[in-house]
Amino acid sequence: MTPALKARFRIERGDFSVDVDLDLPGRGISALFGRSGSGKTTCLRAIAGLERARGGYVALGDEVWQDDAAGVFVPVHRRALGYVFQEASLFAHLSVRGNLAFGMTRVPRDQRRFELGPVAELLGIDALLDRRPDRLSGGERQRVAIARALLASPRLLLMDEPLAALDHRRKQEILPYLERMHDELAIPIVYVSHAPDEVARLADHLVLLDAGRVAASGPLTETLARADLPPAFADDAGVVWDTVLAGQEPDALSRLAFAGGVLYVGRRDAPIGTRLRCRIHARDVSLALERPPASSIVNLLPALVTAAVDTDTPGHVLVQLRVGPSPLLARITARSRRELSIAPGKQVWVQIKGVALLS
Amino acid sequence: MLDLDDAATLWLTLQLACTVTVLLLALGTPLAWWLARTRSRLRHAVGAVVALPLVLPPTVLGFYLLIAFGPNGWLGQLTQALGLGLLPFTFAGLVLASSVYSLPFVVQPLQNAFEAIGERPLEAAATLRAGPWDRFWSVAVPLARPGFLSAAVLGFAHTIGEFGIVLMIGGNLPGKTRTLAVQIYDHVEALEYAQAHWLAGGMVVFSFLVLLALYSCYPQAVRGRS
Repeated sequence: MTPALKARFRIERGDFSVDVDLDLPGRGISALFGRSGSGKTTCLRAIAGLERARGGYVALGDEVWQDDAAGVFVPVHRRALGYVFQEASLFAHLSVRGNLAFGMTRVPRDQRRFELGPVAELLGIDALLDRRPDRLSGGERQRVAIARALLASPRLLLMDEPLAALDHRRKQEILPYLERMHDELAIPIVYVSHAPDEVARLADHLVLLDAGRVAASGPLTETLARADLPPAFADDAGVVWDTVLAGQEPDALSRLAFAGGVLYVGRRDAPIGTRLRCRIHARDVSLALERPPASSIVNLLPALVTAAVDTDTPGHVLVQLRVGPSPLLARITARSRRELSIAPGKQVWVQIKGVALLS
Repeated sequence: MLDLDDAATLWLTLQLACTVTVLLLALGTPLAWWLARTRSRLRHAVGAVVALPLVLPPTVLGFYLLIAFGPNGWLGQLTQALGLGLLPFTFAGLVLASSVYSLPFVVQPLQNAFEAIGERPLEAAATLRAGPWDRFWSVAVPLARPGFLSAAVLGFAHTIGEFGIVLMIGGNLPGKTRTLAVQIYDHVEALEYAQAHWLAGGMVVFSFLVLLALYSCYPQAVRGRS
């Protein structure tokens, strides 16, 4: 059973307000994405019950955690959730083992869903169990915090920018563990982030928050491909495709299969069949009316224009296309749109200059 | 050397200091917790009242306590109604008066320690299934340990050294309410400098050793922040 998460609340604090109605899938990673000050953390805290929102409603499947209309408010410690803070917030008076046991021992044995051994192994902290938190690196601390949250047997894991306090190297160290969690654990994760790369790499579902309101919400691929997003997101527009490594070319390229065709990328050494996620920025996509007879660009695909909208940058438009069933965005000049008569329904060829592999 | 009288005084003083320390830790902990976490407007007023003994001369406190404890005071009428008799010039009276006087020395280090913990570890504990009591005992108390140590040591040492309020509430009854500080005063009055030296010197050494232990084990406790 994969219960969906519903959260609806309104929080006002001076000139800052959050007013959201979220309906998130009961599986995979849902990212709450937005600039700082957009209300992401407030949402997460309200879902957890750390923040008391008035007139709120929070339910995980049939378990109602808050329903102010019915006078229901389950205190945080009675909610089967895990919370990972931006700073690891380990208990300084306990060893790593003591920290891990804190939540675990408070869950009755027959309700525990994870064992210490496998979780420690999943997050690569087996060797750290007897250390004190102050003897750990930032990345290790955050992995212990994630393990600690998992061992409390949550039915929902909430993560508040778990990588934001880490430098680039530590981030790269933790991301694979998060991907493993995503692949191996059957609990829904709500992941707050302001880093587009993290979201593109990890999320299945995307909620864009802008000034305390939901600007868009839906499956990651579909949502990123929307051309009508607020400027904050349109500047960095691009889509994410889930692909499968289909074969190796003799000239140091790898062939990726996606719904709609084949992409070529620089050689990736991984077993055939490996799932790879890649990101294609709108600025790296150009359009042509006919298949270019000679081009240095290897990724040439036929596509159908579905929309074209103006952007905040004068003279530029964002074109939404479909390559087979896969959505794609291209950023072109208004002049090109005019000269090529780009309009919904038109068949074009797309040239993709850059494909970023995310995993 | 110490005579029998000095030994009895020493024993009484230790009993007093231990009782007061235990009492103040028991009462001061919830008070400090409340002061550290409440957003009530009363907190400033309560904090100021707790700090009063720091600035008032002991004689002022002693005077008002004497009146309150007396036969016509509200506390005195209460103790009489309860069949406990009157508190002035008894050990119990001394305990109560010393507790009032040493209160800030226990409450303030605890309050600082609780404030230094911050909200986050308690929130983390709540998301790990710990209820309010559980959070207090398993997170707040262990993290505030240096504060507890500092509070106990300061409360204990301060009670041992108190003079004015002891004299006013306790009188100077040998074996009953005569404490170390008063005894030293008596020795000096009687020009018994040798005995005064033993007691006074002992106090200096004792206080130094206690503070040395505190500073070297928990440097952060003395600064009040971890």
